Amino acid sequence: MSDTLLKVRDLKIGATIYPPGEKPKDIEIVHGVSFDLAPGKVLGLIGESGAGKSTIGLASMAYGRGGVKITGGEVWVNGRDILKTGHRDVRALRGGEVTYVSQSAAASFNPAKKIMDQVVEAAVEQKKFSRKDAEARARTLFAKLGLPDPDNIGDRFPHQVSGGQLQRCMTALALCPEPDLVVFDEPTTALDVTTQIDVLMAIKEAIRDTGVAALYITHDLAVVAQVSDDIMVLKMGNTVEYGNVDQIINNPQEEYTKALVSVRSIEHEEKAPTPDPVLSVRNITARYKGTNFDVLKNVNVDLYPGQTLAVVGESGSGKSTLARVITGLLPPREGEIEFAGRKLSPDLAGRSREDLRELQMIYQMADVAMNPRQTVGTIIGRPLEFYFGMRGAEKKKRIIELLDEIELGEKFIDRYPAELSGGQKQRVCIARSLAAKPKMIICDEVTSALDPLVADGILKLLLDLQKIEDVAYLFITHDLATVRAISDNIAVMYQGQVQRYGGKSKVLSPPFDDYTDLLLSSVPEMRLGWLEEVIANRKMESAGN
Amino acid sequence: MKNIPISAVIGLFFTALYFLAAIFAPLLAPYGVGEVVGDVWEPSSSEYLLGTDNIGRDLLSRMIYGGRTTIFIATAATALSFILGSVLGFFAAVAGGWVDQALSRFVDLVMSIPTLIFALVVLSVAPVTIPMLIIVMGLLDATRVYRLARAVAVDIEVMDYVEAARLRGEKVGWIIFREILPNALSPLIAEMGLRFIFMVLFVSTLSFLGLGVQPPEADWGGIVKENKEGIVYGIPAALIPAFAIATLAISVNLVADWVLNRTTSLKGGRG
Repeated sequence: MSDTLLKVRDLKIGATIYPPGEKPKDIEIVHGVSFDLAPGKVLGLIGESGAGKSTIGLASMAYGRGGVKITGGEVWVNGRDILKTGHRDVRALRGGEVTYVSQSAAASFNPAKKIMDQVVEAAVEQKKFSRKDAEARARTLFAKLGLPDPDNIGDRFPHQVSGGQLQRCMTALALCPEPDLVVFDEPTTALDVTTQIDVLMAIKEAIRDTGVAALYITHDLAVVAQVSDDIMVLKMGNTVEYGNVDQIINNPQEEYTKALVSVRSIEHEEKAPTPDPVLSVRNITARYKGTNFDVLKNVNVDLYPGQTLAVVGESGSGKSTLARVITGLLPPREGEIEFAGRKLSPDLAGRSREDLRELQMIYQMADVAMNPRQTVGTIIGRPLEFYFGMRGAEKKKRIIELLDEIELGEKFIDRYPAELSGGQKQRVCIARSLAAKPKMIICDEVTSALDPLVADGILKLLLDLQKIEDVAYLFITHDLATVRAISDNIAVMYQGQVQRYGGKSKVLSPPFDDYTDLLLSSVPEMRLGWLEEVIANRKMESAGN
Repeated sequence: MKNIPISAVIGLFFTALYFLAAIFAPLLAPYGVGEVVGDVWEPSSSEYLLGTDNIGRDLLSRMIYGGRTTIFIATAATALSFILGSVLGFFAAVAGGWVDQALSRFVDLVMSIPTLIFALVVLSVAPVTIPMLIIVMGLLDATRVYRLARAVAVDIEVMDYVEAARLRGEKVGWIIFREILPNALSPLIAEMGLRFIFMVLFVSTLSFLGLGVQPPEADWGGIVKENKEGIVYGIPAALIPAFAIATLAISVNLVADWVLNRTTSLKGGRG
């Protein structure tokens, strides 16, 4: 056995794409990447979406997802080139020497089989352990990963444990056959921040205790800094920078890495409340039809003209439900909403066109918030036509103005959403809501589906537009860095209630209540040793446990 | 349009051939539709390319005129069923609640009766005319289209862009025709190809049973009926319309397949 477990040399990966109306063509998505991984070490692969990091991770199992083909280079695992060995060897490798942890455990577990059956499957199949030994090992791993009731949790079905627990079960699944290498593909991205650190810590300890090597793939540099020994920064299938974690975080050489490392560059001065709020939510209690559980309990918040109210909380805290109540999609059981000095009808049907115009919404997933069969011009033009009766040249002129405001320009007018990048799509959605000349826009997690640098651009744009158009934002997010960057007031929500509410400086300075403290401390910080510090200082368990 | 697969070219060619023959029937047919020109069941010759039928009419002319009737009825009935079925299906999906329940249960009720029997009952009471045939076939088939359209629309209806349109205050008409319809088009078009062929078979079946197109008008089902005795004597006249129905079915579906592939491969479009 050599001292490098995984040796990748000049790896090239290609894919076939099918552009509409053209012949399918082959493109190269990874252009010659090389790295080494010693036994027991962790290499972090980091980059934005499309950087090729997952593709490289899977290639180390000699696998290409979808139409992806490994077109060149060498991948040596334990001293043999797995791209050249036959199918039989590759089968022995996968699930035996190399295992994989995917982003969404919920989508990867078979909902019809018990967790234990799935966790031991690979180990038994590969004849590494007998079923009995494998189960014993699985229980040890469950305990090591901090899962509650490790002796019996394997008898549960995947839907009977929480998301954070399931992600740890998946880690147990990957570690069960005693692999030499585990590929972690964004294992904590789908989790809440407070759950994320538990899973992260569990993974880190499991890696240390079992002596396994790992490839850790993520887009979040602060996360990868906590678990890796080395980091490779990727962009568009090329290596940007490759070095040990200390050097990358504390002394990045390349511009791109510096941009990733630098903390959010947005500065925003908190504005003082004005006398008349544009939106006042009074004593709102709401539940979904057919349930007997109040998702919102007695919520009171105010939003002032031209300012930003950030509503923060984990998934399930009721923040998106609040948006649905304000827009009229979910009439509340109790309480009322005052908007621009008038009382809003609780349901959508009772609202005037003026109410609808002045209260706009931007969605999390820009992909599905725009009709894929309409051009950008139609999408932005419709509110102009609908609310202001604009036609022809006048409408076109205004569309172009709006496109300029969102920094895209006239050439985008005839494009379809599918021809835009994620950030551009979100910009078009912003333009669509601005077209209505609203007094207030609800932004529901508008940056959480975007890469960090792109998200930064969107936030800057929103702040600039706020100055120009004097529009108020109700900003729903789980990301505290975003909140710090843009808000004037903050409402922290927990289990349907407003836990803490007030001006930004007040909410974000001590003394904290336990929940706010947990939330604030869970935001990954770009420094080494942060994870251990947080775990040591916590006052409260996260909800995902 | 550069990369038409060979299967689609074949499909397009034959579909076009049949439709053009139907449109220009009076110009193409060598003899009149009811004109007795020769002996009974003459074999094919230079005078009668496909031979003659059971009372000595030119079979080629009968086939061309018959194709015209069959294709016209099938096209009109398909159009009727699609317009009615998809508009109601979309409406049910968008309206939801009791409107959806009432429409869907009514459709279930109609679908629980076998189509052919239902049609036979109606046509044995009502006068058998071509408009009547189209209406009966179109209405009965609209139930199938309704189910598909509703299922597709329910999926689209929960998309954020439809919610955005609702929040903008758009009327039901806009939501159905501008937001849902363009995104539901590809499954509907694929279904249309299939439904058209069912219509051809349906009208042929009715004619074969004597409740469809009435003689002396020709249609493919009727030609099979008139010449079915000939099969016993080894006369292929009854097989020719069967062959025509089969080739039309295959070619229309080759085209529908291609349209489906083309529209779903648009990035961002849905299947």
